Amino acid sequence: MHNLTIAEQIKGLRNKDFSSLELTQHYLNRINDSELNAFISVTSNQALSQAKEADKKIANGKSSSLTGIPYAHKDIFCTKGVKTTAGSKMLDSFISPYDATLTNKLNAENMVMLGKTNMDEFAMGSSNENSYFGPVQNPWDKAKVPGGSSGGSAAAVAARISPFATGTDTGGSIRQPASLCGITGLKPTYGRISRYGMIAYASSLDQAGPLTRTAEDAAIVLNAMAGFDTNDSTSANKSVPNYTQCLENSVNGLKIGLPKEYFSDGLDKGVEKVVMQSIKEYESMGAKVQEVSLPNTVHAIPAYYIVAPCECSSNLSRFDGVKYGYRCEDPRDLNDLYLRSRSEGFGDEVKRRIMIGTYALSAGYYDAYYLKAQKVRQLISEDFKKTFKDVDVIMSPVSPSAAFDLGSVKDPVSMYLADIYTLSVNLAGLPGMSIPAGFSDNLPVGLQLIGNHWSEELLLNVAHQFQMRTDWHNYSPADR
Amino acid sequence: MTWETVIGLEIHSQLKTKSKIFSGASTSFGSKANTQACAVDLGFPGVLPVLNQEAVKMALRFGLSVNATINKNSIFARKNYFYPDLPKGYQISQFEIPIVGNGAIDITLDSGENKMVGITRAHLEEDAGKSIHDLYDDYTAIDLNRAGTPLLEIVSEPDMSSAQEAVAYAKKIHSLVQYIDICDGNMQEGSFRCDANVSVRKKGDKLGTRAELKNINSFKFLEKAINLEVDRQIDILEEGGSVIQETRLYDSIKNETRSMRSKEEANDYRYFPDPDLLPVAISDELLIEIKKELPELPTEKKLRFVEKLELSSYDAEVLTSQKEVADYFEIMINQEVDAKLSANWVMGELSAALNKNQLEISDSPISANELSKLLSRITDNTISGKIAKDVFKLMWDGNGTVDEIIEKQGLKQVTDSSAIESIIDDVIANNPDQVQQYKDGNSKLLGFFVGQVMKASQGKANPKQVNEILNEKLS
Repeated sequence: MHNLTIAEQIKGLRNKDFSSLELTQHYLNRINDSELNAFISVTSNQALSQAKEADKKIANGKSSSLTGIPYAHKDIFCTKGVKTTAGSKMLDSFISPYDATLTNKLNAENMVMLGKTNMDEFAMGSSNENSYFGPVQNPWDKAKVPGGSSGGSAAAVAARISPFATGTDTGGSIRQPASLCGITGLKPTYGRISRYGMIAYASSLDQAGPLTRTAEDAAIVLNAMAGFDTNDSTSANKSVPNYTQCLENSVNGLKIGLPKEYFSDGLDKGVEKVVMQSIKEYESMGAKVQEVSLPNTVHAIPAYYIVAPCECSSNLSRFDGVKYGYRCEDPRDLNDLYLRSRSEGFGDEVKRRIMIGTYALSAGYYDAYYLKAQKVRQLISEDFKKTFKDVDVIMSPVSPSAAFDLGSVKDPVSMYLADIYTLSVNLAGLPGMSIPAGFSDNLPVGLQLIGNHWSEELLLNVAHQFQMRTDWHNYSPADR
Repeated sequence: MTWETVIGLEIHSQLKTKSKIFSGASTSFGSKANTQACAVDLGFPGVLPVLNQEAVKMALRFGLSVNATINKNSIFARKNYFYPDLPKGYQISQFEIPIVGNGAIDITLDSGENKMVGITRAHLEEDAGKSIHDLYDDYTAIDLNRAGTPLLEIVSEPDMSSAQEAVAYAKKIHSLVQYIDICDGNMQEGSFRCDANVSVRKKGDKLGTRAELKNINSFKFLEKAINLEVDRQIDILEEGGSVIQETRLYDSIKNETRSMRSKEEANDYRYFPDPDLLPVAISDELLIEIKKELPELPTEKKLRFVEKLELSSYDAEVLTSQKEVADYFEIMINQEVDAKLSANWVMGELSAALNKNQLEISDSPISANELSKLLSRITDNTISGKIAKDVFKLMWDGNGTVDEIIEKQGLKQVTDSSAIESIIDDVIANNPDQVQQYKDGNSKLLGFFVGQVMKASQGKANPKQVNEILNEKLS
């Protein structure tokens, strides 16, 4: 059952080949047997009762297409009555009193939540090594990282211990782990999926999205995830198309742009080879490829590492030991309570970004850092705007290398530099995708698709057509 | 040496919305601690603010009523600081682009002159919760019911040059926000709070260093705090010292101001645009709609009272300075009672009785309708103005309606000429000496006869008739 895609599982449930309870129990067993550390919490009891409920709905003919399909929820989404940690000691014992909008939407479909997935603390990281709950292993090679920050979600889908997992992407946190784990990950346009109840890292960049095995599955679940939310002022009041509708469109005549700045010296040769082979595949399907230029790409990393820390320094102020979350023992006074609760409750990377952001927003520095970064952001957006006058889709690598060894990158700046191909998409609020495109040294490599605002339909279509012609998305770590 | 005082005020006016500025929780006052705060107000992980459009409309009402520039795209910003009653670790406020820009308002000084005070800006923001330090020995308690309550912070230009002017301005704004129905003006409950920026300078010099006075919750204290601060600053300067920029707390019990924090100790608030909220877009249509809904403003009302009701400028000012007083007065004139007579009674007997009992006009035991009836009993000659004052006292003490009291106490005016004539005949007969003196040319004695007649009639004789008949009989 675990080798079936969501589309196939939906059919299986309808045809009564298996029940949701059987499917759920099967995945729970697989999670139990897994040593990847992909989950922070496994919610077996709740999952089983949700599955029974789903089976009833199916039997009564009151089901929607996703009813009874299990999924794993990134532990950044609030789930009522269930521990929600954001990968932090700060929230190690935090039980959310409310459900995120996305949680509500998936509940409304009667989907079955298997548990909450591991992640870099507050979504800050590219390797999942910044989790208070320990690193996640890459299912393709247990000595390698799964990527981050949605590392647990990507590993769970790749290892087929969940058919679908939610993720969030602030600077590449869906696309990069999807690439490193050989699955399909979609970061929709900013505002497509509600951020309400998604613990904020950098509010102007954060966007939820699905991690699945195939583009078709991504389209199916995106139908349930997307939509305007009155609780999120930054969500778009824009109708949601049926994302599965256009999957079969031909890509003949599709105009693909390859940004020359994304094929620079830092790019691993093996990764480059996989990416170029996939481009050839598209050409063989009738797509037209041209070189394009995104000249402000070099400024993306510095701009991102100002904007994101500035926002996070403020977003994470609420974790002060007063109302919920970690509180230091025997605080002497208010200052001591703040100082120790936050020093002890946050990990190094979180503290580093809070400090960078606090500094950059301080009196006298605001113009030089925050304002300037916002201007750079504008320039990056302009680059894309111009480029999308000439091409339909931009294609590029997701990450400069395949999965790297756990513990091998010690310098935070080197880790930041690896985000070079994904950050601009967030700064410009665009949709981006990673799809399995091949292997380099036996490790999966993803191809990044970048579209114009609100072009999720096109991206899913372009990805699906590739997956109709290739089988990289069908490879399983278990086959090796 | 002559010193000049320069004062600017920052007024926090709590908006009367039903729910909070960024959440659906209720804004009701006086509920059990922490029962009026939802996940958004408590700053739970993942929650997001959604702007209450009512608060926006109220801010616009204010902006339009002080002829201010309205910013078509104002920005919410985060003001970052740590305090336990600030759940998110930042306050959502407006910084660079407030919803209301430059405006102005006229105030009337004690001298009767008008002065225009500039309004720099008015911006929307959320209130913090309350820290309660005296409830437990070892703890500070936090009540977050107030967290997220909408405030309009109204910042004036430093246009006021005395404590009296500052109070006149504050009262004017206090009255205006009630007129336009955006704030209940309750200073005890903290719905209307003033901070004063005070500095002094020698005539003609540039602005001196200012101190900001906080924690002022009445107009009386505002005046006292400013005067204290002006004296303190002049003393420092006259002794050759210099004033430091700081925030000072007014202590109404000790009647002193004391330093809370200096400029150096002030927080660096690290303002930046709140990425959770879009710019507040104001359409022309909305502005037109709100302009249409605005009630008659105090200045317009005053003008109408002078022009249409022929009241003096002073009377019109007094009657329009508080919305409740104006409303009371207008109910009276709608009963077709003479405007001048009504004005005299509202500003005279009623106002005196309210002051004596420390009541607001809204708590008056005599309703506007009842007072109108009383005055109409004067004009229809049922009772004299003098008797009316006695009836007023009886009404105040709850002895019944106007007509019941007149009836029960037998206060009805005597207008029967023959009855009055017979009293006058008695008075003339009993005072032959005075009659002779009067006839010899001492015309002042007419007052004496009137007095005697009124006394004999227990005040009930119609004074006009008494005068006429007396004149006739004595000539």
